[in-house]
Amino acid sequence: MTAPLTKPKRKNPILRTRLPVLPPGTRSRVAQGVTAAAAEGRFALQTCGHCGVVQYPPREACRQCLSEDLHWREQDGRGELLALTELHHSNDLFFRERLPWRLGLVKLRSGPSLVAHLHGDVAGPGKVRLSARLDRAGQAVIIAFPEEETAHMVDDKQLRQMTCDPKFRRALVTDGKTEVGQAMVRALIDAEASLVWVGHAEPWKKFPGFEELQALPQVTLVALDLTDPRSVRETAASIGGRVDILVNTAEVHRTHGISSRYGTDVARLEMDVNYFGLLRLAQEFGPAMRGRGADGQNHAVAWVNLLSVFALSNFPGHGTFSASKAAAWSLSQCLRAEMAEAGIRVLNAFPGPIDDEWNQQLPPPKIAPERLARAIVNALKDGVEDLYPGDVAQEWRARWRDNPKVLERELTG
Amino acid sequence: MTTTPMRTPYRNVVVAAPVTVPYVRYSIRSAHWFLARTLAGLLDSAGLGKDEVDGLCVSSFTLFPDTAVGLTDHLGLSPRWLDHIPVGGACGVVALRRAARAVQAGDANVVACLAGDTNHVDTFRQTLGSFSQFARDAVYPYGSGGPNASFAFLTDHYMRQHGATREDFGKLCVQQRSNALGFPHALFKKPLTMAQYLNARPITKPLHLFDCVMPCAGGEGFLVMSRQRAQRLGLPHAQILSTIERHNAFPEDPIQTRGGWALDRDDLYALAGVGPEDMDFVQTYDDYPVINMMQLEDLGFCAKGEAPEFVRRHDFTWQGDFPLNVSGGQLSVGQAGMAGGYLGLVEAIRQLTDSALGHAVANARLALVSGFGMINFDRGLCSAAAVLGRANR
Repeated sequence: MTAPLTKPKRKNPILRTRLPVLPPGTRSRVAQGVTAAAAEGRFALQTCGHCGVVQYPPREACRQCLSEDLHWREQDGRGELLALTELHHSNDLFFRERLPWRLGLVKLRSGPSLVAHLHGDVAGPGKVRLSARLDRAGQAVIIAFPEEETAHMVDDKQLRQMTCDPKFRRALVTDGKTEVGQAMVRALIDAEASLVWVGHAEPWKKFPGFEELQALPQVTLVALDLTDPRSVRETAASIGGRVDILVNTAEVHRTHGISSRYGTDVARLEMDVNYFGLLRLAQEFGPAMRGRGADGQNHAVAWVNLLSVFALSNFPGHGTFSASKAAAWSLSQCLRAEMAEAGIRVLNAFPGPIDDEWNQQLPPPKIAPERLARAIVNALKDGVEDLYPGDVAQEWRARWRDNPKVLERELTG
Repeated sequence: MTTTPMRTPYRNVVVAAPVTVPYVRYSIRSAHWFLARTLAGLLDSAGLGKDEVDGLCVSSFTLFPDTAVGLTDHLGLSPRWLDHIPVGGACGVVALRRAARAVQAGDANVVACLAGDTNHVDTFRQTLGSFSQFARDAVYPYGSGGPNASFAFLTDHYMRQHGATREDFGKLCVQQRSNALGFPHALFKKPLTMAQYLNARPITKPLHLFDCVMPCAGGEGFLVMSRQRAQRLGLPHAQILSTIERHNAFPEDPIQTRGGWALDRDDLYALAGVGPEDMDFVQTYDDYPVINMMQLEDLGFCAKGEAPEFVRRHDFTWQGDFPLNVSGGQLSVGQAGMAGGYLGLVEAIRQLTDSALGHAVANARLALVSGFGMINFDRGLCSAAAVLGRANR
């Protein structure tokens, strides 16, 4: 049984700080297909469209019939552990720091055998459930879980190297005045975050729900205005070295296209928060978080961006907002590349319309702020990096993946 | 088992001039140096000039970015027959059978077969990360244990399936060490006791320190030529009675329990005209002791799963009833990269030509040499074996 995680003691400044190193991240292009699925929390392997044989490791031709018609298909992960080992030696720095380390060789019911990391509750040969997770290098790896859920299984030492669980971690929610921001704070506290800093740009204004939030023992308010470089700098100087998870909920959302609002003032404000705000945050908080990418049990682990499915393809009724989110999405990919050096996950959430004041005129379904917040916390626990929460987001994503041009026509028609 | 039409015997082709470039744990030289020393050793022992070698066969992991053809330039050779054989632990036998056919067909008169590798302090780690596409994608990111982890799976599975114990593997290691004590090139020079074996630190459970070979630098080589030429040169030589090779055998096995030998051994013994019971000594590929057991089974010395009992029953020292790896094998000599695929073969040639550097097996007339190599993903893909005999036996 996994021993439950205990709340870490205060850091002993005399002991060395573990510096971030990454597990081996080199993969062939075809193997990145496993990562592409795992980034959204799916375990997919190539399956031959001609003869149906499931392939592993990923390859360029079917091992059975040589067909090139290989498709990524989701796997149920059911398999049998045939053999296991426990490493007490590794040639790689990342694992060397984390020995001993358990591995298994698993035969999937669907066909191939795979080398897998082994969850601590898998005792020996027998039935297991395989899943794909992103490791600290941001690359997919396979992990074998016990067939049935076990107590505290998320606290497993090896699994925690693939997840961003908020438990006992310290989080910053950049804007606590919005419904999403407040739901996010509560969801993080429900997930046992030990401290949540809550940013508010205009401390003199009282927002509904703010006093209740302030009364929570885990909550500490911090002044943070993403449009003000000095505010971002000062807050980062104060708490940046302690933030384990940064959740950027700050956004400006106005419902305009190009011709419905003359001038650029609103569009500029959207960009100033949604795009430049992210850039300012990344410049001030990024370096401090990168320095703590392996610092103890609760090292800096994740950066969450609240984007929008409108970033994938412009929704003309919310045209300038869509554009600002597309810009933020692009910047987040740059941020992801830079944070990857320290093993810090950048999680992009692409919700459909949120059931808040700015989507009043959009018909349901709309995602409730509480549901969105829970989905983000679950995504942190699962270690995924692209989240499309709710039915609308899932449908947009499916349409976009199917054919982005067709989606554009559907939205502009 | 497969039945293939009887192949052409190797008749008048022989193997001679066993050469070892002494192993060192680390070297600042490149692979080219070890291969050059090996070739020089071959020419020296055969009394041949460079221009009399018209065939060259090379195996090396660390020769990169060069291949065998680059080596011809480096060493000033102009062979009319060239081969580069990157099949790891099977490369010795595979080189032998390629070269033998070239000589038999008249494509070359004298083939120099070389294997050698250097080992800088960081060579082993670098080799692991780029060993194969499948290893890079689907093995190395899992703890980066290298072959230790892959063989730990096979060992764990074998122990569960067939009741092998650590003492069984330990017996092989301990007795091979006692064989090595007579061999001047062995890197391990102290006796190994069962207690030391059992109390060694774990590396990748169930493998412990003495189950693992030590990476090192070194070279091995031999010459292949016609019997008439060897006689004219006055070179002691051994006969090639039979050889087999197989790659990626039994791909449907969910975990490796057997190698290609199980598919081809009937063919091996049929061409040789002798059986496993006729062997005076055996040189298995011993990068891990579990692979010794797999070879003993698949090459017909005992049935599948009976190797642990076979090990308990026999004495594997050079003077025992089943001499195995009589120079100590890689477990005691060291693993000099691809030269590890030559070690057993080169020692067999020495034993059969009365030129042992260490312990000699009495009345050695027939030997079985086996090779195993290339953990591309989860199993060793290449298997090979040869039966060699004393000339005029």
